[in-house]
Amino acid sequence: MIQWLGVATLWQRELLRFYRDRARVIGAFVPPVVFWLLIGSGIGRSLRVPGTLTGMSYLQYFFPGTILLVALFTAIFSTISIIEDRREGFLQSVLVSPISRLSLVLGKILGSATLAFLQGAAFLVLAPAVHIHPGLAGFINALILLGIASLGLSALGFLIAWMLDSTQGFHSIMNLFLIPMWLLSGALFPAGGAASWLRFVMKFNPLYYAMNILQANLTASWMNPRAHWLAPGIDFLAICAFTLVLIMAAAWAAEKNS
Amino acid sequence: MMTQPIIGIHNVSFRYPKSPTPALANVSLMVNQGEIFGILGPNGSGKSTLLGLLSTSLAPKEGAITIAGFDLVKDTAAIRILIGVVFQHPALDKKLTIEENLKAQGYLYRLQGRKLQERIEHVLDVTGLSLRRRSLVEKLSGGLMRRAEIAKGLIHHPKILILDEPSTGLDPGARLDLWRHLNELAQTLQTTVVATTHLMDEAEKCSRLALINEGTLIALGTPQELKGQIGGDVITLASADPQGLKKFIAEKFSDNAQIVDQTVRLERAQGHLIIPQIISSYPGTISSATLSKPTLEDVFIHRTGHRFWNQT
Repeated sequence: MIQWLGVATLWQRELLRFYRDRARVIGAFVPPVVFWLLIGSGIGRSLRVPGTLTGMSYLQYFFPGTILLVALFTAIFSTISIIEDRREGFLQSVLVSPISRLSLVLGKILGSATLAFLQGAAFLVLAPAVHIHPGLAGFINALILLGIASLGLSALGFLIAWMLDSTQGFHSIMNLFLIPMWLLSGALFPAGGAASWLRFVMKFNPLYYAMNILQANLTASWMNPRAHWLAPGIDFLAICAFTLVLIMAAAWAAEKNS
Repeated sequence: MMTQPIIGIHNVSFRYPKSPTPALANVSLMVNQGEIFGILGPNGSGKSTLLGLLSTSLAPKEGAITIAGFDLVKDTAAIRILIGVVFQHPALDKKLTIEENLKAQGYLYRLQGRKLQERIEHVLDVTGLSLRRRSLVEKLSGGLMRRAEIAKGLIHHPKILILDEPSTGLDPGARLDLWRHLNELAQTLQTTVVATTHLMDEAEKCSRLALINEGTLIALGTPQELKGQIGGDVITLASADPQGLKKFIAEKFSDNAQIVDQTVRLERAQGHLIIPQIISSYPGTISSATLSKPTLEDVFIHRTGHRFWNQT
């Protein structure tokens, strides 16, 4: 069912393309970093949510959220190409080749996730520059989380791109769904200080759980970011489940409608 | 020359979701091994749909298609190994070199190592691209890009090469080259070639042709056979009053006169003899008279009553 040679081929192609298309490297990495610098420095220490942000600058608080935003942007930009690739590009020939749909899905998602992971990790190593010192274990945990989240976001991007037939459609989904999903992950503000209805909504957002883990590992020493109704294990389970379900959904969609 | 059919299309109909009219209606035809089979039709006639079915991009909803004895719906995987597909829109990765594209394609067809390298050398050689192997596809001219597409479609030595409008975007010289290559392939590799086209001169180069209009098969045969179905010559008469002229010819000469694009058109053996008779017995209204040997477009008009480019 899975032809690994085909998976590896598609994975490698994704990396090669990305490497040769500098605009994409910059496009996915620089905007989140600029947001982080501007919003982080702009807000500085002027906002205080009692009991949540004590002792850290907003630049620091916003840091884990930016890692996730870099991964989100990268994953989206590399999966969005599916929309045109299917009708007027490389994917046409993959679809009539003997490789299974599952292999196609895995190759594409793994390629996109690798890029998201690498770009996210490239930002993560800047942590000490803003005096975030998570220690070795914290770094490793953050990387593991980043890997799993990158897979999930790539699968989500694949699923959306597969179901759409125009890139314009993708942009509306991005603004209506993906960016709010990131906003409500705790990237910009901690759930603890949010209105109770919003906190309730955030509980259904898989990125919220990813953010919990990132913050716990990177910035938790200053704060107590966890809402008390969540046990630590739940965060990990939630983001793993999200990733797994989306990969299966992407495979199902590709098999069903091709 | 006559060998067994390698593709069998049996009563195939196809309708796209939300479309009121079928894209294909009850099409049946056979393609023999080693021939260059052309599917000729105007834009929107259903020829790309037919190719979509043959290339396994679409699944037939009615009727059956067999390729090399395999059923298209049940044995899709087996068929995909046997066919090579060259799409109308480029399917090369532009950010990769020709050789990288070929390598990726080979991997998708489970070719590896020395065997793959041999195949790459071979298809580069067949398509005359050996010297450009390390060029990025985005840097290639339209003609070279087409050839690279064909090289890609050939990497696994398919029994059948399927091409959708292969000469799209090619200048006349590159178009001639392309057809020369296709002929060589059919001969040297015994590849069966199935190509759609809307160009008459390309269709002339096929060993057999299917003419398609509005989703139905309207004629099938070698270009010679098809043109031979027209009785002799084609006469076209321009007149200020085509209706009157047509009526007059129908009464006097009892012929198969048709009005096509405001001209009167009839088919007739020994056409040169009848032109003076018509002009002298219906004087003063005919502004020009043309006599020609039948072309494939005449076959099309003969079958449909309208020009090939009717829609524009």
